[in-house]
Amino acid sequence: MAKPQGIKRNVLPGFGLTMGYTLLYLSLIVLVPLAALFVKSAGMSGEQFWKAVSNPRVVASYRLTFGASLIAALVNVVFGFVVAWTLVRYRFPGRKLVDALVDLPFALPTAVSGIALTTVYSKHGWIGRYLEPLGIKVAFAPLGITIALVFIGLPFVVRTLEPALSDLERDGEEAAASLGASRWQTFWRVIVPTVLPALLTGFALSFARAIGEYGSVVFIAGNMPMKTEITSLLIVEKLGQHDVAGATAIALVMLLASFVLLLVINGIQHYAGRRYQGAV
Amino acid sequence: MELALTTTGFEASNWAHARPRLKAATEEKPWVRLACITVTVLFLALLLFVPLASVFAEAFREGVRVYFASFSDRYAIAAIRLTLLAAAISVPLNTAFGLTAAWAITKFQFRGKSLLITLIDLPFAVSPIVSGLIYVLVFGMQGWVGAWLSEHNIQVIFAVPGIVLATVFVTFPFVARELIPLMQEQGTEEEEAATSLGASGWQTFMKVTLPNVKWALLYGVILANARAMGEFGAVAVVSGHLRGKTNTMPLHVETLYNEYNFVAASAVASLLALLGLVTLAIKSAVEWKVRRDYEAAAVSESS
Repeated sequence: MAKPQGIKRNVLPGFGLTMGYTLLYLSLIVLVPLAALFVKSAGMSGEQFWKAVSNPRVVASYRLTFGASLIAALVNVVFGFVVAWTLVRYRFPGRKLVDALVDLPFALPTAVSGIALTTVYSKHGWIGRYLEPLGIKVAFAPLGITIALVFIGLPFVVRTLEPALSDLERDGEEAAASLGASRWQTFWRVIVPTVLPALLTGFALSFARAIGEYGSVVFIAGNMPMKTEITSLLIVEKLGQHDVAGATAIALVMLLASFVLLLVINGIQHYAGRRYQGAV
Repeated sequence: MELALTTTGFEASNWAHARPRLKAATEEKPWVRLACITVTVLFLALLLFVPLASVFAEAFREGVRVYFASFSDRYAIAAIRLTLLAAAISVPLNTAFGLTAAWAITKFQFRGKSLLITLIDLPFAVSPIVSGLIYVLVFGMQGWVGAWLSEHNIQVIFAVPGIVLATVFVTFPFVARELIPLMQEQGTEEEEAATSLGASGWQTFMKVTLPNVKWALLYGVILANARAMGEFGAVAVVSGHLRGKTNTMPLHVETLYNEYNFVAASAVASLLALLGLVTLAIKSAVEWKVRRDYEAAAVSESS
């Protein structure tokens, strides 16, 4: 990141100043604090670190967090596809409203989503009261966590798929149809393979958001150690007990998991040759 | 004839007229279509709309008086003030940064550009709890500068500065990531023309660059603002939950909820939900405006 280069000398002013400020602000706010996480972890002995990240309660939280996130992301792939397909291909009354509703989980503060979902799915809630007699416990159970993660992950799949579906050339579908393929065959052999990179990106974005999610989950989770305690909450608990080293070690595991997912997402986008406007 | 195409426009509709049989072959049977629409509407209603409505129902359960009483409480007012303060500091800071970074990245060529863009996006990849934790590691009692801070009687963690810092971190990329792709697409021609006509760098920025990106800028700002006011996890870690002092609105919701004061918790939550809905409305309006301008430009170009 040195001087501007290129054949033609750039005539615009302000490179030094703006680049200097960008790097300074980026370092102060993002890079130095993030480095603290790595430095602090490096200060622990290998054994200490391993004990902190592999104790049974922590492992149980990984299993719950990653398991529920995986299920939620898969649910979102299926329903997200239906929603994106419907919004792109069909016109129906109220479509604009439905379209705007998709962004709700992005716009709603996570604590609001959390208490909203808990209210609805608790024993006396609008939906919970019908599930309770069937023996389905949602709030304060892993199912509730999964539903919260479906909630916050859905827009990632829909908003990533929509541009891919609207860019879909009809030629391929017409060729398939004129060669005698049924609509179902065309769907599986032409449409799905074409939008697969977007689908995978949406899946990975939804999964990545879910493993780090906190606000929308803590209210509905019940937070019982070994049972309904997600990893993010465990980090908070460790901090509350002044076990900064333990919290840092688990946080490093979570951060590395997010980075791996980020690499996977970049890999898919690179492979597909375009950058999907992954919504935030 | 109604077209089920999203690739609207003249050519597409003419084309469909000319080849009606193929059009039918690339459409689903009516029942499939109806099933898709039904699933979409039901799924979104149950998953998204019902919980949202329940917040308002719960908030008004004991009447309008109780609803509004929830905001006149001393702690509620302090929480609202702190939330506004955190947003009022973090959003302008990150807006200034976004503009600066976008100028440096899009108007000049240099090595490591894509790495820099990735680093700017980094806070989005960090979970809320980890975002708060890293500031504890720097400013907390056992942190890098913790000893020095306590010697000088400065408190960052479990105090307002920590909340502001965590908010700055989680809203860091919003403005920059809206501006960078747009300004990259716009290139540098207009700016170069302005400077060659004698405009200073600042004039060029204010009169050429800024008007070109105003909608993307607004878009980034409102998204950053919504996140700043609604952030929970990162702020929860650095706050310490001191009522009246370090409780932001989302944290106040949590405090009330944990005290089984569901009506007051929902009332404050409904205010945050309104913020989200207003954000969505502005966001949709901006998107609509940009699309209309874009289409208008396309029409005037083709005629």
